[in-house]
Order: sequence, then structure tokens, then C-alpha cells
Amino acid sequence: MTTHELSTIDALLQRLAREAEEGGYHLNPDVDFTRELLDGLLVNEGRYGYRACPCRLASGDRAQDLDLICPCDYRDPDLDEFGACYCALYVSAEIARGEAAAMPIPERRPAEPIAVPQPTATDASLAALPYPVWRCKVCGYLCARNHPPATCPVCKAGKDRFERFL
Amino acid sequence: MTVVHVAGRETVPLLLYALSTCGWCKKTRALLDELGVAYDYIYVNDLEDTRKAEVRAEVAKWNSQCSFPTLIINGTECIVGYQEARIRALVQE
Repeated sequence: MTTHELSTIDALLQRLAREAEEGGYHLNPDVDFTRELLDGLLVNEGRYGYRACPCRLASGDRAQDLDLICPCDYRDPDLDEFGACYCALYVSAEIARGEAAAMPIPERRPAEPIAVPQPTATDASLAALPYPVWRCKVCGYLCARNHPPATCPVCKAGKDRFERFL
Repeated sequence: MTVVHVAGRETVPLLLYALSTCGWCKKTRALLDELGVAYDYIYVNDLEDTRKAEVRAEVAKWNSQCSFPTLIINGTECIVGYQEARIRALVQE
């Protein structure tokens, strides 16, 4: 039982699956479970204006919820440690091949947001760089340019998911 | 809509804090339904803001990370996450 039409959910499923594979990621092969998660993402998009993780309680304030916009900041460490992200939309290659099942995992997101110290350009060698270096907080992609890209070419995260790295 | 009661076999009082969008919360509800036990549930993300903040504080008393699903058993202990074996054992006592 989903809120959105199956055709709408499946159109998103196909796009996300393609983007995931292109970036070296995999969606959960349990299609019924994945459809429910995508339905939840679409509900959150309609409710908040962004696709907050369906398995976390969003505040409704984009700035506060940035880290849990799908794909969330915790996906990659959770894939490394547990083979699945928190909601289990993204899974390891092993689970994607059906050789293991996605299991519930502990919540990695801190109860209170942690302020990340921003680099200060005191180091002369860094100040001499011709361009600033931006890091995608979702997948770690780095690029040297005046501003971060509108969309991460690897994981498709938006511009506001980038932080100044150097 | 705040607390919804699901009728079934009476065991210990069970209160499930859940999100209507969450796959693991759906699995938890499906398991309780399969076991045929009576329970109450609240979809915290569907509440209006003031009530949501109150319920969030209630959940945080049991589970400081305020993650879902959080299942309160008899008002004395809680199970965080979809822990199938623990939930099955709980209602078979």
C-alpha cells in the first residue's frame, strides 16, 4: 500500500538505480521494500520540499536536515561497516547480488548536530592554491573550482551538500 | 490522529513509535500484525508540529537518539529498531 502511483515510484526507481550503478552504488534488490522507501522519499519531498531519509524524523528545516537528505551523509560509512545504509535503500554489491540480506543497523547520526570546523586559510601553501577544493559530504568527491557543482557527478547530491575542503 | 489501537491478543501493553514512511517501521508493524497481538502505534512524522515535539521528547526519554521504530513494552523497557527475534520472544512469553 503506497501513497503514490506505482508508475511514479517505478520511474524514480529506474532513475535512481541507473544513477546508483553509474556511481558504483547499488539499490536494495528487494523491490517491494525499495518501492516503499521510495514512496516515503516522495512523501517527504511533498511535505518538506526535499527527500529526507524515510526512516528518520526530519525537522522540516532544510539546513538542519541537510545531512539526512537522501543519499544521506551516513550512507557510505554505513555501507562500509554494515553493507547497507540506515534505511537499506542502498546496499553492498554482495546484498545486491542476493548473497546476503540487508539487516537493520544502528543509527549513526549524532543526536545533536556536530559543528564541523571549517578550514582557515592561514597556511601559505593553501592560500596559494589557484582554486578552492570542494568535498561532497555524501560520497567524498573532490573538485577544484570556484564554486561547488550544482550536482555531484558521482552521487547526484545537491550543491549545498558540499563543504570547503582546502 | 495520534495513537492508533490495533486490536488483537492481549499480551503486555505495547506502544510503537514509528514513522509512516519508514521501511523498518512497516516491517515492525507487519510482524506485530502477523503475531496477532494488540498494540498501539503513533506515526510521529504525521503529527502536527507542537504534538510532534512533545512525542519526540517522550521517545528521547527511552531512546536518546530518537530513532524509529521504538517499541515500548509495558511502560518499562524498549526495543529500538526492527529486532525480529526480540519482538517474537517478547510476545511468546
